[in-house]
Amino acid sequence: MPATHTCAYRLLFGALALGLAASASPATAAQLENKLVIVTSYPKDLFAPFQAAFEKKNPGTKVEVLNKQTSAGIKYLQETASNNQSDLFWASAPDAFEVLKGDGLLAKYRPKAKGIPAKIGAFPTNDPAGFFMGFAASGYGIMYNTRYLAAKKLPVPKEWSDLTKAVYFGHVGMSAPSRSGTTHLTVETILQGEGWAKGWRTIKEMGGNFAQVTERSFGVPDAVNSGEFGIGIVIDFFGFSSKASGFPVGFVYPTVTTLVPANIGIVKNAPHPKAAAAFVEYLLSAEGQELLLDPKIMRLPLRPEIYAKAPAGFPNPFKDPSIGAAVKFDTVLSKKRYNLVNSMFDVIVTFRLNDLRAATKAIEGAEAKLAKKPNAAAAKLVREARDLVAAMPIDEAKANDPQLNAVFTKKRKKVTDVAPPRQAEVERQWDAFAKANYLKARDLAQKAASM
Amino acid sequence: MADVAALRRVARIPWGQATLAITLGLFLFVFLILPIGRVIFVAFQDLRTGGFTLIHFSDFFATALFRESFWNSLYVAAMSVVFASLIAIPLAYFTTRFNFAGAAIIQSLGFIPLVMPPFVGAVAMLLLFGRNGSINLLLGQWFGINIPFMEGLNGVIFVQSIHYFPFILINLSASLNNIDRAMEEAAQNLGARGLRLFRRIVFPLAMPGYIAGASIVFIKILDDLGTPLLLNVTKMLAPQAYLRISSIGITDPMGYVISVLLVGFSLGALWVARLATSGREYATVQRGGGGLQKRDLRPGEKVLCYSIVLLILVVVLSPHIGLLLLSFGTVWSYAVLPDAYTVAHYIEIVRATPQFITNTLLYASFAAFADIVIGVAIAYLVMRSRLFGREWLDYVAMSAIAIPGLVLGIGYLRSFHGLEVPFTGEPLATWWVLLIVALSIRRLPYALRACTAGLHQVSVSLEEAALNLGARRLRTVRRIVVPLMGGAILAGFVTSFATAAVELSTTIMLVASEANAPLSYGIYIYMQSAAGRGAGAALGIVAVLIVTLGTYISHRVIATGRRAEEITSA
Repeated sequence: MPATHTCAYRLLFGALALGLAASASPATAAQLENKLVIVTSYPKDLFAPFQAAFEKKNPGTKVEVLNKQTSAGIKYLQETASNNQSDLFWASAPDAFEVLKGDGLLAKYRPKAKGIPAKIGAFPTNDPAGFFMGFAASGYGIMYNTRYLAAKKLPVPKEWSDLTKAVYFGHVGMSAPSRSGTTHLTVETILQGEGWAKGWRTIKEMGGNFAQVTERSFGVPDAVNSGEFGIGIVIDFFGFSSKASGFPVGFVYPTVTTLVPANIGIVKNAPHPKAAAAFVEYLLSAEGQELLLDPKIMRLPLRPEIYAKAPAGFPNPFKDPSIGAAVKFDTVLSKKRYNLVNSMFDVIVTFRLNDLRAATKAIEGAEAKLAKKPNAAAAKLVREARDLVAAMPIDEAKANDPQLNAVFTKKRKKVTDVAPPRQAEVERQWDAFAKANYLKARDLAQKAASM
Repeated sequence: MADVAALRRVARIPWGQATLAITLGLFLFVFLILPIGRVIFVAFQDLRTGGFTLIHFSDFFATALFRESFWNSLYVAAMSVVFASLIAIPLAYFTTRFNFAGAAIIQSLGFIPLVMPPFVGAVAMLLLFGRNGSINLLLGQWFGINIPFMEGLNGVIFVQSIHYFPFILINLSASLNNIDRAMEEAAQNLGARGLRLFRRIVFPLAMPGYIAGASIVFIKILDDLGTPLLLNVTKMLAPQAYLRISSIGITDPMGYVISVLLVGFSLGALWVARLATSGREYATVQRGGGGLQKRDLRPGEKVLCYSIVLLILVVVLSPHIGLLLLSFGTVWSYAVLPDAYTVAHYIEIVRATPQFITNTLLYASFAAFADIVIGVAIAYLVMRSRLFGREWLDYVAMSAIAIPGLVLGIGYLRSFHGLEVPFTGEPLATWWVLLIVALSIRRLPYALRACTAGLHQVSVSLEEAALNLGARRLRTVRRIVVPLMGGAILAGFVTSFATAAVELSTTIMLVASEANAPLSYGIYIYMQSAAGRGAGAALGIVAVLIVTLGTYISHRVIATGRRAEEITSA
């Protein structure tokens, strides 16, 4: 629960912060406060160049950076709201900003910088209500280790559906959406691009090939870099920056991907609102945008003219319409079922990975056998097994049902309200459903293989 | 036990003790019980009415996932204690029992696995033992096989045994050093030799140390988060609690249910440890120059002992070897060794982030000092006073070991964030002094166990003698008890210092600015990017060096102290 305080207090300080933020101009350093506190999920490689450049431009202002995972950062802002010391929240996932906005923890700000397109891909660059703004774009895709693929004689995957193929069994890794805001976007992109049922089928068929579901989002590029597993589902800059650091890796955008802005927002009651606004403006300036091309950062800038300075082979979403055009990402829908999707993925993939892998292995084994010696009855069993794996405990309508989603958002109801089921109760049913299905699918596939 | 009763009669009015007990109790209440209480409360809270309920516990046991996690955790903890003992007992025994060249170095080296944040250790271990780590790549080339060292629960047991065995080593060594030589001589005169002597006399006498170490290992592993998470094993209790709290939200009750269970288990393990050592007398009156009689090894034995020690050291130091390679390597990808070597990572950390190192020294030494002061005080009150409810000080302080660092961090934010530091006006929760308090609370159990084991071996009759000679109690503690416990106190200090130096889970919640951040936080930040892996590893090596040096110096200090003692008493 975020710390409670009275409405009047919130309004007063909110108004104060707004007033200050609005009156702030990125003009001279003399007007800025002597300090700026940024909470970010970005690695040091990303924030340090901006920190140094901003401090150089505004010598009187010391920039302090707090590095936290996106979810931990949200929690930190919620827990410290009663005595807020942070000025900016700076992270990739737009839905994380939606959560903060929903909790009333962000202040409104309209950037003054000109020349930033209003849309990136199908996404509005800035929050329409003005609580956060995009400063770079990112897409999601597949990263692979070239040495690993060569050693194991694997082809380079191009599409999500490639990752469901039997050759990749045990070679793929991904983070859990509950652990990483960017991974959540990947999952939601697939679900929106392919639809709930088909999307989950793809995710689970890929999941059966997973070597691991990593706990941190950086765990995936880390493991691909070191060759722990060969293929990872990651956000583009992990792939680009790893490659720029010299690792033998590559990155491809599948057709079903979406370009989303990476964002920054001013925290409500920010102690240093002028410096915060100045930092946002710096980020959007031509100079700030060019920093994004630093080999250790490698994000897609929002100013189209910057791409002229990019290294050869750097993707340009303003020139190449195939990047991120296929899916029109619906943030409202994403936010509505945010916690449900996270929890669903954990229950049926992360925590049941061994069962899912066992079922997938049996199915892929049976299919390999069938390919050599066709058998209609066995083929039917394998299809049944695949359907069992793909089956979902709830359909899309139910997943979007506000009443079910209320179970996953933690607002205590009044005594008179009808009690919703507890989250643990709902998850228990999903868990039992998934476990039984995976087990049955494995048995069916084994039966088919022995026919 | 008659002498204890006699001693208690001497001190009729324990006002000093009572004040001390109340002060300690208050400290623990404010900085441990209150923040945790605010968090654990949720486990028993009905989400709808806010009233008391046990429904979340029934949810827990009704869910297959949680039941499996529960058994996995117990299995991993038990197996890790077994393997950790197999590593620690030979190291402790050889170095205390024989004239062993480089015993201090071996003791220090055996200790350094602790001084690496688990996530760093696991990164290095993966590079060496992972499915495509150096060892498996070589095995694949030579024999076409792949051994899954690091997969699933076995991987967790492997990493944790290597990471946590020093708790047994350090406590067992302290105990072995405290055994009265006369006991051993008596046994030898009666004809006991070799393994029989070890099994029947030496090991049982060193039991308090072994039990202290083993119970810490068991509890730590039950509560350890970093290792399973890095190996992406999530079907265990601590990761489940962490994932629930950090991804679903801090108001989700299941994380707290698990925390409550972990606390319960830790207290249970302590209770068992207490049962195992109670009703026996371990104290020895004489301090015959400290510890077992050392003898020289015969050449054949020498070869055998050194090979065993060397083999163990190579295995337990493998994370450090991996980290060293990583810190000097350029790119290390799907290869037995890095592609090339450079010192650029070290230049980067010295240039960019020297404050990480100084902060760490400051925080860890203050926290560890506070721990041994509190640890001695609590051990003394529990074992030498008859204050009502004195054991509870012990139980409460020990329960800190079972509190996931993240929960403590959240508890601190909740309890202290609204308050401000006088004069500066920063929030109390993110003030660096509070970080030291949090670290000392987290590491207090190690110091406390070590001090308790030390005090176990100091005979009450020595204090009685001092009291009878007219010394006041405080003076007795200062001049008799503390010096006699010296080794144990130092063991406690080193354990607390080293582990506080690499603590991350609480730190990450409470650090409010990079200027105040310690090393582990710096490593964490570096390790979040592809280009920062080498620099993070270099910072890790610096941490290891600092603590190894500290440990080695303390060993030398004990050794010289002991020699001085021998000379003056001779």
